Amino acid sequence: MDWTPYIAGAGIGVLSWAAFLLSNKPLGCSTAFARTSGMIERLFRGRKTDEKAYYRKFPLVVDWEWMLVAGVVIGAFITSVIVGGFSFEWVPTLFGDTFGYDTGLRLAVAFAGGILMGLGSRWAGGCTSGHGISGTLQLAVSSWIAVVVFFLSGIVSAFLLYGVLW
Amino acid sequence: MMFEDLHANTRLQLVIGLLLGICFGAFLYISGVTEYNVILGQLLLTDFTVIKVMLTAVLVGMIGVYAMRSRGLVELHPKPGSIGSTVIGGIIFGMGFAVLGYCPGTVAGAVGHGALDALFGGVTGILVGAGIFAAAYPTLDEKILSRGVFKSMTVPDALKVNPWYVIIPLCILIAAILAGLEYSGF
Repeated sequence: MDWTPYIAGAGIGVLSWAAFLLSNKPLGCSTAFARTSGMIERLFRGRKTDEKAYYRKFPLVVDWEWMLVAGVVIGAFITSVIVGGFSFEWVPTLFGDTFGYDTGLRLAVAFAGGILMGLGSRWAGGCTSGHGISGTLQLAVSSWIAVVVFFLSGIVSAFLLYGVLW
Repeated sequence: MMFEDLHANTRLQLVIGLLLGICFGAFLYISGVTEYNVILGQLLLTDFTVIKVMLTAVLVGMIGVYAMRSRGLVELHPKPGSIGSTVIGGIIFGMGFAVLGYCPGTVAGAVGHGALDALFGGVTGILVGAGIFAAAYPTLDEKILSRGVFKSMTVPDALKVNPWYVIIPLCILIAAILAGLEYSGF
């Protein structure tokens, strides 16, 4: 039996203790993307961007959660280099074996999926971290409903995409 | 609450956020969930790594956070929700989850280990999607997000019981699900 998922999962659970205790915050990732999106928009549209209702709710600043997401990139980079798993890859093997190793196709599909992900995570008010782990561990009603819907919709979509049922 | 001075120290909080993020990224990477194949494997029900990591994190996190809360060391921050926000947003999220093959946390981890589809397709797409939401927010907020607001913030509130009457059975259920997955060879 492989204990890695359990050790990593327990580690994330302990990190959530630290986040609540040291920072009075649950672990979450998707608002950092919303803030970054607004910061990029501000480069083009200027200060008007800060006036948008959504960015008054989530001001366009580098905050704790933004640093957390930056840390995730660094942590995965360091760990993958240490264990020798770092490698540049354009097309994941499961995708490539099914739909072909076409970089343009994979980027287009990932971009379309990313739009749905960015829209859906802000629409639902959280992602797999904020709702799926931090919200459920607080026994939040919204988060348990969110995570069940995330996975049901994800499973149906993946089955349709990979043609499992036909 | 403990450490209130620490919580108010904005600059130090950025450092703590970064350090916690580095650990988070390391755990996500070693568990395998920053791989497209592992996430799609979960959604295609052939690889249960994602569920194992999440349920273990919830079990460990829940016991610790509620134990600290019982001692007045921490406060909870449950998010409000509604049918219009949580369910509709969740359906869109799930479609993105399957099409992209990463979520906002794991896409960051995937970028860290060199997944270029995560960087050039995933991250840019998420930024555009979040921007579309921000643009549509005033209309959505008025017409959809406030439909069917959930009455209770937490499950123990909804059931009007001491949280431990929910936590202990839930821990047993999670342990049984994980044992069942291992027993059945997943």
